[in-house]
Parts: sequence; C-alpha cells; structure tokens
Amino acid sequence: MNNWITKTADELAQALAAGEVTSVELVQAHLDRIAAVDGNADAGLHAFLHVDAEGALAQAKASDERRAAGTPASYLDGVPIAVKDVLATQGVPTTCASKMLEGWIPPYDATVVAKIKAAGLPIIGKTNMDEFAMGSSTEHSAYGPTRNPWDQTRIPGGSGGGSAVAVAAYEAPLALGTDTGGSIRQPAAVTGSVGVKPTYGGISRYGLVAMANSLDQVGPVSRTVLDSALLHELVGGHDPLDSTSLTDEPTGFVEAAREGAKGDLTGLKVGVITELQGDGYQPGVMARFTESLELLKAAGAEIVEVSCPNFTHALAAYYLIMPCEVSSNLAKFDAMRYGLRVTPAGDPSAEDVMRASRAAGFGDEVKRRIIIGTYALSSGYYDAYYGQAQKVRTLIQADFAAAFEQADVLVSPTAPTTAFKLGEKLDDPVAMYLNDLATIPANLAGVPGISLPNGLADEDGLPSGFQIQAPAHSDARLYKVGAALEALLEKGWGAPLLSQAPEIEEVRA
Amino acid sequence: MSAAPVKLMSFEKVLENFDPAMGLEVHVELNSNTKMFCACPTEFGAEPNTQVCPVCLGLPGAMPVVNVKGVESAIRIGLALNCEIAEWCRFARKNYFYPDMPKNFQTSQYDEPIAFEGFMDVSIEGADGQPEIFRVEIERAHMEEDTGKSLHVGGATGRIQGADHSLVDYNRAGIPLIEIVTKPIIGAGERAPEIARAFVGQLRDLIVALGVSDARMDQGSIRADVNLSLAPKGETKLGTRSETKNVNSLRSVERAVRYEMQRHGAILTAGGSILQETRHWHEDTGVTTSGREKSDADDYRYFPEPDLVPVAPSREWVEELRATLPENPTVKRNRLQIEWGFSDMEMRDTIGAGAFGLVEQTVAEGCAPQAARKWWLGELARRSNEDGVEISELGITPADVAKIQSLVEAKTINDKLARKVIEGMLAGEGTPEEVIEKRGLAVVSDEGALSAAVDKAIEANPGVADKIRDGKVAAAGALIGAVMKEMGGQADAGRVRELIIEKLS
Repeated sequence: MNNWITKTADELAQALAAGEVTSVELVQAHLDRIAAVDGNADAGLHAFLHVDAEGALAQAKASDERRAAGTPASYLDGVPIAVKDVLATQGVPTTCASKMLEGWIPPYDATVVAKIKAAGLPIIGKTNMDEFAMGSSTEHSAYGPTRNPWDQTRIPGGSGGGSAVAVAAYEAPLALGTDTGGSIRQPAAVTGSVGVKPTYGGISRYGLVAMANSLDQVGPVSRTVLDSALLHELVGGHDPLDSTSLTDEPTGFVEAAREGAKGDLTGLKVGVITELQGDGYQPGVMARFTESLELLKAAGAEIVEVSCPNFTHALAAYYLIMPCEVSSNLAKFDAMRYGLRVTPAGDPSAEDVMRASRAAGFGDEVKRRIIIGTYALSSGYYDAYYGQAQKVRTLIQADFAAAFEQADVLVSPTAPTTAFKLGEKLDDPVAMYLNDLATIPANLAGVPGISLPNGLADEDGLPSGFQIQAPAHSDARLYKVGAALEALLEKGWGAPLLSQAPEIEEVRA
Repeated sequence: MSAAPVKLMSFEKVLENFDPAMGLEVHVELNSNTKMFCACPTEFGAEPNTQVCPVCLGLPGAMPVVNVKGVESAIRIGLALNCEIAEWCRFARKNYFYPDMPKNFQTSQYDEPIAFEGFMDVSIEGADGQPEIFRVEIERAHMEEDTGKSLHVGGATGRIQGADHSLVDYNRAGIPLIEIVTKPIIGAGERAPEIARAFVGQLRDLIVALGVSDARMDQGSIRADVNLSLAPKGETKLGTRSETKNVNSLRSVERAVRYEMQRHGAILTAGGSILQETRHWHEDTGVTTSGREKSDADDYRYFPEPDLVPVAPSREWVEELRATLPENPTVKRNRLQIEWGFSDMEMRDTIGAGAFGLVEQTVAEGCAPQAARKWWLGELARRSNEDGVEISELGITPADVAKIQSLVEAKTINDKLARKVIEGMLAGEGTPEEVIEKRGLAVVSDEGALSAAVDKAIEANPGVADKIRDGKVAAAGALIGAVMKEMGGQADAGRVRELIIEKLS
C-alpha cells in the first residue's frame, strides 16, 4: 500500500507545503487505490459511481503550479476529495444513485463544490449513496450497493455509504456527505470514520439535490476530527444563493480541534441522553460507549444524565416530515427535461410517458416515500400527519434546549448497532429506519452532531460510533470534545482504529 | 374548437329570478428587472429560453432566493388596496403538474399572504348620472411566480389537439406576480357586469399609478379571472360557481360577467345544475366555453416552502412604503376634474383618448387646462390616429404643448400657425421656436403692412365693406379671411378685425 493514501488530510497538506509530494502524485495514488479495490456493483467496495481521473489530474496539475508559484489557494490546496453524488458538479455526471438521473450532467456547481474547487482540492469522483439519499444502508442505490471495508458482506451505512467507505478504505482522505436523518454520522459510525452534521444552514445547500430541504445538511467526512474541521472551515459560511444559510463565520473549528487534542476537558459538562441507550442497543456498542464516557471523565469532564422524553417520537415525526418534502421535491423528475425517458408504445400522452418513466426510474424506497408524503400532505390528512409531526418537532427542539441547560454537549452511541448484513433489513423498512433513531433528533432540531469511531464491538469486531451533539451555532464544541476523545482513544489503541481493519483484496474493475 | 350553441336567458329575466355573486382574481405581472426567485432578466419578447438559469428551470439542486423588489411591490399594492400587511408570512409550495411549470410546484403564498383584508371603492355612474361608490372588499393580495409558456407545433390551430409536438419557453417562468383576490361581491344586481369592469379598470389605473407593472392587459401583464354564481332571489347561500380564466380586456370582463349570468340563469331555470369548472372566454364570439372540470377535490398539497426564509417586513419599512403611495387615481381624477373645470363628457373623452396624464403634465407646465385639452384631443389625437401611434409616443411632450400655447397667448402665432408648428415638430424640425424660425411662421406685427392689407381687402370687397358700415359687424369675417389669405395666414386675426372695424366705422 502506497503510504501516502493512509495519511490524513492535515498530513498531506503539510507534505505538499514542504514539497515532499505533489498533488498529481497524491491524486494518482488515490486513483490507483480506487482502481485496485473499488470494483463495481458485483465485487469490490463500490464506493464510487463515477471516477473523474482526467478532471482530478488536471486540477492536481493546476494545484502543483500554484504551489510552485508560491500561491496556494488554501491550506488544503492539492489534497484530493470525493463528493457524494447528490451534489451538482458542473460537467461531471450527477445521478443521486438513481436511474432517473442517469446521464445527467449539471450545467452548474453546487456552492460547496465551487468552494472546494476554488480552494484547490481535486475532485476524484462521485460517491455511491442510497437513491436520492433515501436509506440507511446504501443498498437502495440503483447502481448496486457499496460494501463495508471491515466486512464486505455488510452494509456501509447510508445514505452516504460511498463517502464513508471512500475515506475509511483510503480511496480519498476527505469526502463531502449530506445528512438528513443521519446519513453522514451513521455511515461514519459503521465504517470507523469521522462524520459531521453541522448546524442547519452552516454549509450552503445550493446544488444539493434536495431530499427534505428543512432537514438536509452538507457536512465533512474524514478519518480524523481535525480533518473534518479543516474541511468544514473551507466549505462553511453564508451563501447568497441559499437564503437559509447562516451568516455565522466558519472559523474556530480547526483551533478547537487542535485545542481538544491536548486531551483536557476540565469543566465540561457531558449529558448522556437517557432515551438513547438500553433496549435495541447492541451490548458491544453500549460497552464501548460506557468506556468512552470513562475516558471523558478522566479528561476532566463531568457526566450527567439528561432526559429528552420526546425523542421517542422523533422517528415517527421524521418519517412524516421527510416524505412530505420528498413528494414535492421529486415531482420535477417527470422525464420531460433531463434524465431518463421511457416512451410506451402506441400514441402515449405526456402523462403516459411520465408514468412509465417514473415506474422504471424510481426505486421502491423512493416510491414508498413519495406515496407516504403525498398522502400525508393531502387535504383532510395534513393536520393529522404533517401538522402533528411539526408539533413533535417543536417539542424535540424544546427537549434539546432543556438538555443544553444541563450540559454543554449531549452524547450517545451514533447508531444502535454495528453494520448489519447486506440484504438483512431490505424487506423491513421500519427495522431499517430504526437505525437512525439516535441521529434523527439533531436534524429535526437543526443542532450539530459528530460521530467518531470509539472501538470495535466484542460480538462482531465491527466499529461502533460515538455521537456528540452541541447547541446550534456551537459546532466548535464538537471539534474540541471530539478531538479530545479521539486522542484519548488512540492513545489506548496505539494507532488509528482503521489500522485494525482487514486488508482489502484487490478486485480491479 | 367550436362551442355547441348555448341557450341564454335574457339579462332582465336573470335579474328577476336570481342574485349574482362575483369573485374577481386579478394577476398582475410586476415590472421588476429580475425574476421573483433568481436574478434572471424579465424582458418581454426575448428569444425563447434565453432568460433562464438553474433556479427558474427548477434544475435539481437549485434553490430560490426572494426578490426584495417583488416584496416591496406587493406591499405597495397591498397598502394601496387598504390592506393589512403581514408582520410575518411565508411562501408555500402549491403542488400540481403542469407541462410548463419546471418544478411541478409553484412557489406561492397560501394561508399566510403578504397583504389581506382590504377594500377598493369603485366609482360607477349612478342612476342620476352622478358618480356612485361601490365598495369591493379585498380578501388578499399575495406573491407568486409565473409559469413558462407552451407552444404547440404542427397543428392547424396552435392548440395541443392535432399538434405533433410541443415546445416550452421558460423565459416567463419565475416572473413575479401579485394575485389580488376579492371577497364575494354580492348585492351588485344588474350592476354586476359594470362593477366588475370598473373594478378591474380602476385596479389597472392604480397599478399604473404605483408604477409596479406595465399593466398591459393585451400582453397579459394584467389577467383577470371572473368567478360567477347565481343564487335564487332572497337565498343567502352562494350557488355553484364557474371560473372564467384570463379575460384580457375591460370590455371582455363586463361581457363575460353578463354572459355567464345569462348562461347560468338559463341552465338553472331549466332545472339543470352548474358545473364547477374553469371556462375560457372567446373575445371574437363573446362566449365562454368549458375548460377543465374543477372540483373541490383539487388538492394542491400546500406546505411551507422550506428553502425560503419567512418574509417579515419591518413596520418602519411598511410605513416608508406607505409614504411613497401616489394619490388614489380615482380620487385624483375627481379632484382634477373640479380643478380644471371639465364637464363629465370632457373628462371622459380625455381619459378615453389616453390623454389624462398628458393634460395633467401640460397643466403642470403652466398651460390652461382647456387649452391643454384642446391640443391633445384635437390636433395631436388626430395625428396619433392617422399615424397609428400612441398619443404619448408622438414625440411631442407636455412641455412642448405648453410652450406652443404660451406662444399663441403672446400672439406670436395664432391657432392656425400653431398647427403648422406641430406639423413641423412631428417632422423633426426641432423646438417650437426653431420651427417658427425655419418656416417663418411668426405673426406679422408690422402695423403698416397690416393696414395696407386691410385697405386692399376693403377695396376688393366693396359690398361687404358697406354692410359693415351699416353696422353688420358679423360680416367682417369675410374681410378677415381675405386679409389672412393675403398675409399667408401669418396675421393676428384679432388685430385685423380691430383694424377693419376702425377703418369702416
């Protein structure tokens, strides 16, 4: 294994600055790794739907020229990155892992994509995901699932399984994901990587193909807390094209991560959410969680138990609000202007073409949510479903507010279990939805959350994740506490957790 | 498409048996430079799909941002309609499928409009010829975006039937609209058609005065939908309504109301029932035909647009905007009619000729109102008719007209010469003074020359001269004419008359 690919983004940035390596070499090393292990729908990790070798090498070359001229565009200039296929990339296919958008090449860049381009990060490809970001396992990709590098018979989490695996399997040092109900944090947890869902509006959504606009959030995926902080600072901040984006300056995250890495959390009050433990949580996950709490305590933090009674309704509220927005957002996919068009025989009307195209183009999970959302928004049911769910949402926000009166951060396992087997929950949507019960409240309330790996479960030797949540606009707190715990955990392991992952067999596509 | 002949009931008969209820929905296309939710230009008549971007095309991932200018116009319209302005309101998605609507939902406002609970006092002519006021209550005025436009190609009629393909132009998609909705207008009786017309007309004048729209009905920048129902006399419950869409002239608004009253009346009297449907108005034949059936089951699945932050206009801003409101056009019209001393007929003609504003500006330039009216409705209206251009686009300004009149009053020119000055100005010969100079049009004020011309005329017309000597002063006209002819029209007729009488008395 080329040792450049195992380095963190921060280490690569330093090596580039010191002239020890070129961006072209870095991009090539990662392209080689992708060629060796990524495979396709039938074999390999299948983290990528589209690899843009040519584009990435051209960007890398431009980056090296800037370095040579002494004018790098940013600290991370030249460090490769992978982008979830739900973000619009000008001139590069964007499919949202759906047949509906097969072959669609956006004429514009998402704001986050424009920002990483401006900062000089070569985009090596678009990562696999659940279709239109709907799912917790990346099995709903129309192009076949992504496989977990720890055990390729298992799911990589979802919907951002591709981004998490690209990072965990050394195919990219950094990735961008999106998190509507846990789609960054839950895949990070089950793959042993770090994922952050910033405060709602902290990063522009312009160019993110919306699943549920009031919940969606773009965020960083990486192997270390510091790397996420570096990426977050780069892509955060107000965007005039997204009126819901915050005006908060995206600063202080890197500083907080560096500060936290010293391992001192004296005076910090950590709230353990009563409702996010116990029944349904895998014993090995709970064991690692308890040990992590001990480490925080050893670093000087005070642990308190806090209750968020309405969290028990979060899943139900989420699975009403989200599909309502989905049903409206996906109406534009009518086969008229872009993407798939299926024309039935005979003399079909526009409606016939639409019907046939949607039948062929949308997967089952997407259809399920469109139907639920259409029903829940229809007159006569609106108040009973959408209206009621919005009330629950308000209660959950109140729960968070009350909990943050008692604690500086709230913690829980990120996901109740480690990665389950591919196919295991495919026929039981509700069982699948339960995987997000710890991550969904943050999306409903708009607060930020981070997941970092905190060990391997005893039963199956698979990674578990530790979730830290902070009040809105306090994302820096996540980086500080996260980096502290990460440092303490790594001291115990003697090396990053990912070094314990099995070697990945080569399966050149 | 030919409509099956529909039996109508006489208007009088309808009124004997039924009370009409009307609701008017008027869409006003704002004249902002950019669209409601993106920065695309809004120019009318541009090449198809040249004024589009990911946002107004509804491309995956694109997000709207509210045009503040659109909000401002909505507030000003709301204030001018005596509405409350919401302290906090939101946009909503109206979900339905339409081929020229790129997102398959329209960003609009639902239960939280920017303006609500207003009224407009409509001025109509009362039985005694005096103006009478009918108050139309306004339910709401809300902001929304327009859709694109479909073009059906290959058929004979340009309609979708028979076409072999359709093209869509998204230039109009996303252009800001304000929809003004009245409460049911009841108690109008036989005045219903007239009130509908007066309301839309007065609303159009108001929109023009506010400067927020071109307000061209013929170009669709104001479009009226007419809802009409009949209830048996004395019945308070509203009947089933029909909705006649996109009526595009004031006259048609009046005719459409009348037609629908007669159609409903015939159906109801024959024991039939009214379908709740949309109908199309046909300007040429003066009838409505069935559009699509519309039932209460229409379900737009409204919900708040999550991509837009709520609109919360500060009270300071609202008050600032209130201060920019122009005088209500109807109030202003009545005020000026009195100030100018115009008869009702003179006022109506002035407005009808599209010269109201021009007269107003000419008066502001110091011209007497009657003189201003005389020029604009006389010589200039004639030329605008002949040349087929708007009177306001003749190329002669109110200041020019005021100048010409001041030259007449100073006796530098007379009315006849003034018409030549206008002719010269229309030919591009410059300012009034320049035309007079170039064409040598000034009145001859040389007393010697005038006196000689008068003598010559008397000598040539001894019979007329005798009549004048006998005291028949009215006969002087013939001599004045002769003098004017001699002088090439460039004489002060008044002074000539004085000289004639002086010499013959």
